[in-house]
Amino acid sequence: MENLYSLTAHELRELIDKKSLEPSRILDEIFKRIELLDDKIKAFVLVNKLNAKAETKIGKLFGIPVLIKDNICVKDENTTCASKILEGFKPPYDATVIKKLKLEGAVLIGKANMDEFAFGSSCETSFYGPTKNPWDLERIPGGSSGGSAAAVAADETILALGSDTGGSIRQPASLCGVVGLKPTYGRVSRYGLIAFASSLDQIGPIAKDVKDAALLLNVIAGHDEMDSTSVDLPVPDYRKSLVKDVKGLRIGVPKEYFVKGIDKDVEEAIKKAINILKDLGAKTIDISLPHTEYALSTYYIVAPAEASSNLARFDGVQYGFRAKDAKDLIDMYVQTRSQGFGNEAKRRILLGTYCLSSGYYDAYYLKAQKVRTKIKEDFDNAFGSLCDCIITPTSPTPAFKIGERIEEPLSMYLSDIYTIPANLAGLPAMSVPCGFSKNNLPIGMQILAKPFAEETIFRTAYTFEQVTDFHKKKPKL
Amino acid sequence: MKYETVIGLEVHLQLATQTKVFCGCSTKFGQRPNSQTCPVCLGFPGSLPVLNEEAFYFSIKVALALNCQIQNLIKFDRKNYYYPDLPKNFQISQYDMPLSYNGVVYIAPQGSGERKRVRVKRVHLEEDAGKLVHPERENYSLVDFNRSGVPLLEIVTEPDIASTEEAYDYLVRLKSILKYLKVSDCDMEKGSLRCDANISVRPIGEEALGTKVELKNMNTFKGVRLALEYETKRQIGLAQEGEKIIQETRLWDSEKQITTSMRSKEEAQDYRYFPEPDLVPFVVDNAVIEKIKNSLPELPEAKANRFISEFGLSEYDAGVLTSQIDIADYFEECVKLYPNPKTVANWVTGDIMAQLNARNITMDELDVLPSSLTEILKMIESGVISGKMAKELLLESIETKSRPEDIVKKKDLFQISDTAKLEKMAKAVLKREKKSVRDYKSGKTNALAFLVGQIMRQTKGKANPAIVNEILKKELEG
Amino acid sequence: MKIIDKATVKHVALLSRLILNKDELELYSKQLASILSYISKLNEINTKDVPPTSHALATLKNVFRKDLLKPSLNTDDVLKNAPSKEGAFFKCPQVIEGK
Repeated sequence: MENLYSLTAHELRELIDKKSLEPSRILDEIFKRIELLDDKIKAFVLVNKLNAKAETKIGKLFGIPVLIKDNICVKDENTTCASKILEGFKPPYDATVIKKLKLEGAVLIGKANMDEFAFGSSCETSFYGPTKNPWDLERIPGGSSGGSAAAVAADETILALGSDTGGSIRQPASLCGVVGLKPTYGRVSRYGLIAFASSLDQIGPIAKDVKDAALLLNVIAGHDEMDSTSVDLPVPDYRKSLVKDVKGLRIGVPKEYFVKGIDKDVEEAIKKAINILKDLGAKTIDISLPHTEYALSTYYIVAPAEASSNLARFDGVQYGFRAKDAKDLIDMYVQTRSQGFGNEAKRRILLGTYCLSSGYYDAYYLKAQKVRTKIKEDFDNAFGSLCDCIITPTSPTPAFKIGERIEEPLSMYLSDIYTIPANLAGLPAMSVPCGFSKNNLPIGMQILAKPFAEETIFRTAYTFEQVTDFHKKKPKL
Repeated sequence: MKYETVIGLEVHLQLATQTKVFCGCSTKFGQRPNSQTCPVCLGFPGSLPVLNEEAFYFSIKVALALNCQIQNLIKFDRKNYYYPDLPKNFQISQYDMPLSYNGVVYIAPQGSGERKRVRVKRVHLEEDAGKLVHPERENYSLVDFNRSGVPLLEIVTEPDIASTEEAYDYLVRLKSILKYLKVSDCDMEKGSLRCDANISVRPIGEEALGTKVELKNMNTFKGVRLALEYETKRQIGLAQEGEKIIQETRLWDSEKQITTSMRSKEEAQDYRYFPEPDLVPFVVDNAVIEKIKNSLPELPEAKANRFISEFGLSEYDAGVLTSQIDIADYFEECVKLYPNPKTVANWVTGDIMAQLNARNITMDELDVLPSSLTEILKMIESGVISGKMAKELLLESIETKSRPEDIVKKKDLFQISDTAKLEKMAKAVLKREKKSVRDYKSGKTNALAFLVGQIMRQTKGKANPAIVNEILKKELEG
Repeated sequence: MKIIDKATVKHVALLSRLILNKDELELYSKQLASILSYISKLNEINTKDVPPTSHALATLKNVFRKDLLKPSLNTDDVLKNAPSKEGAFFKCPQVIEGK
């Protein structure tokens, strides 16, 4: 028999349901695996070996280990956003998604490393140091949910939760060769997700295959009266969309995503993937999303602006780190924040504060909100009549080397160029493994659909997965 | 040169909802520190606000009662600044798309006989901050977040107020309206109603406004009045000396009875308002607005007009009676039981309100039933007691919290109106006081008063003076 | 759009309650300038009469909760993360009154 840790959640659930597997064995294997590997990969900031247990014996995820990104509040457990400023913070409450996981019997095995406050695309801005890509330990796993994606890829967990503000689920999923879904804005409650940019953030699943992603989304999706921006729509059973059938599916291929800056291997892999879907009966349509080139600029105004305000609360008064020996109140604020935040956090706070400050608001923030409207309209037009889904690369390049871009913020920001538009428009988007580069690094394909059309994405991705085996490839560790 | 004052007032009103504006914590005053808090009102990471429907509709009600226009699209914004009582270091408030604009409150400055319009610039909803405690002789502060997130309505006037008296009148009228709406206890001492002012002076005839000073920390109606008076004098003094008035914020020091400049800020304030992304926009249908408008209670001005036309009261009495909703309600209850509005009005504006003022309490706290007063009035009318006895009876009824009828019975306070008994007594008096009888007959009619007095003394005031009077006259002239 | 200078970065840092040493000021000024110059691309688009989007879900409106009491946290939970406290209060360096 295969090692339990290498199985998917649905495979393990089947074994548990047939009573041929005692769930505690999964945990034993997983914790052994973490012990063996995580010194190298550093996907975990907290391993919850002592308390890990299912709170109920029934439920869709009974006995399944789930790793939680460190910006999601788990009651009485360290939740730090990989930042010094939240050192030792133990939230007095569970995020809504955590409540749901516990109700379905999931086992929370720990907290995943991430870029500090989700500011980054490489996991290098973590206070705890970088996570490594399981496919090449010299390389970054992507970010900000790099710990979650790397742990899934390395079989250190079965499922993981990430959060996605500009690609933070999809880009690391792509770079680690796993499946990652950013649901429609409003599909999953944000209550208990420590906010980066409130109008863009969304929690989503990171999993070994499409079916597992559907299983996890089934559990976490739904309306929450604690989140004004969560939408009161029925949640379909996403497993029902797992049908191998793309006949007549209209796939939009936007020309703006295949321009300079894209890696040759990536371009080739995506084009091949699209052809595979075509062979299965899908139709491709060349479309244009003319405001694509403005998405990154828009994002780097909107997201830091909201972040600068969201992060104002970290001031040393109520929780987390407080600088010692401050001479007065202002000094305490300034020292706490200057010592508590890392470079990228400071950079974004400064940028966001600037864009909101008197005299600049109209030129930056308001302008960005207006361009956001144009970007959204591009998608409205495409999904309105032309296509059912859109396929693009998830990331312009495979995983880059640790340290390669960290000194150049702008080059780092460019790694999210394909993922950001979905956040600005609130659309659901998934990254699925679709190939490997010449030096054996995973490549991901991004599938986008209109709001609340996750089912279209699941069907497309599942069909693709049925005829390919990229998702089954494992890194050599 | 003669100067005039220009004042604008900014009132912050805590709404009397059961729970806070964005979470389910209680708004109850005076509880143990931090005992009414949750992740939301503590601004803990990951928490999100959800708007209290009641707070929203209370606000709409107030805005409509102040004749404001409810906006088509209402949104909330973040006001960013650092302060330890502000748990998120931003306040959820409203900036460019508040609930409502352009209202008006009418006041009636004394002596002018005409009412004056004070324009309300805007009414918006926001969250209150926590409370700081500064232990004496210590170099630290303490924070209690129980108040954090209590719904707070900001009501801002245009600079339409021309004197301290008008400012006071405006506040009284505003409070009166708010109490009518039952949306707040309006208790300045508990901080549920707070008032800041913008004040400037200018030479009479000048159009341009002078440099404005913001006044804070006026914790009572009296404080507002004294602070504005002080500040008016201070500014006119400076202006007359040709000195510059500095644009600043000044705090009222109620002990020293002066305003003092607040420490100048280390930086210019830049609140960096932007739309609150954690809340969605709000739209109120016109039909709903109409419905709320129609369900508003009768407000002080309308009620006063009705009292004048329906009960034939004077403008003054109607104004006094309707100044507070509980007094107006009390009056109307009494009139139902004793349909003589003029008499009831005299008693309510006279004896009852005198008691409220003397004791510095509200109608509710006075706890006297409408029927207690009307029983007394009925006893006067039927001659059971005299007017003088009635006043004492009311007082006793208030103090002992007993029904006037019971007191009258217990203390045998019935007025003697028995003619036979009084005739007998009159005859005896006339026999005894021969000199007065002679005086009366010789034309000194005031001797009659002396004789009446003798009988009143004999009966310890219980004799019905009118009847005694009549009997004596008859005997003397008969 | 005007590109940011050091004085502005310093002012923005103060607004953000951050203090930058000389090297940081130098570095951030340079980096912010480069980011802002990239961002200035937005000026190419005419956005006159375009309404701003602050929410991707334009249809979502009027989300309320009922005015119903919910249990508050117990005070131990409120204060357990506090860097400094006294009794049931959070404690911080002295606040000189007046905002």
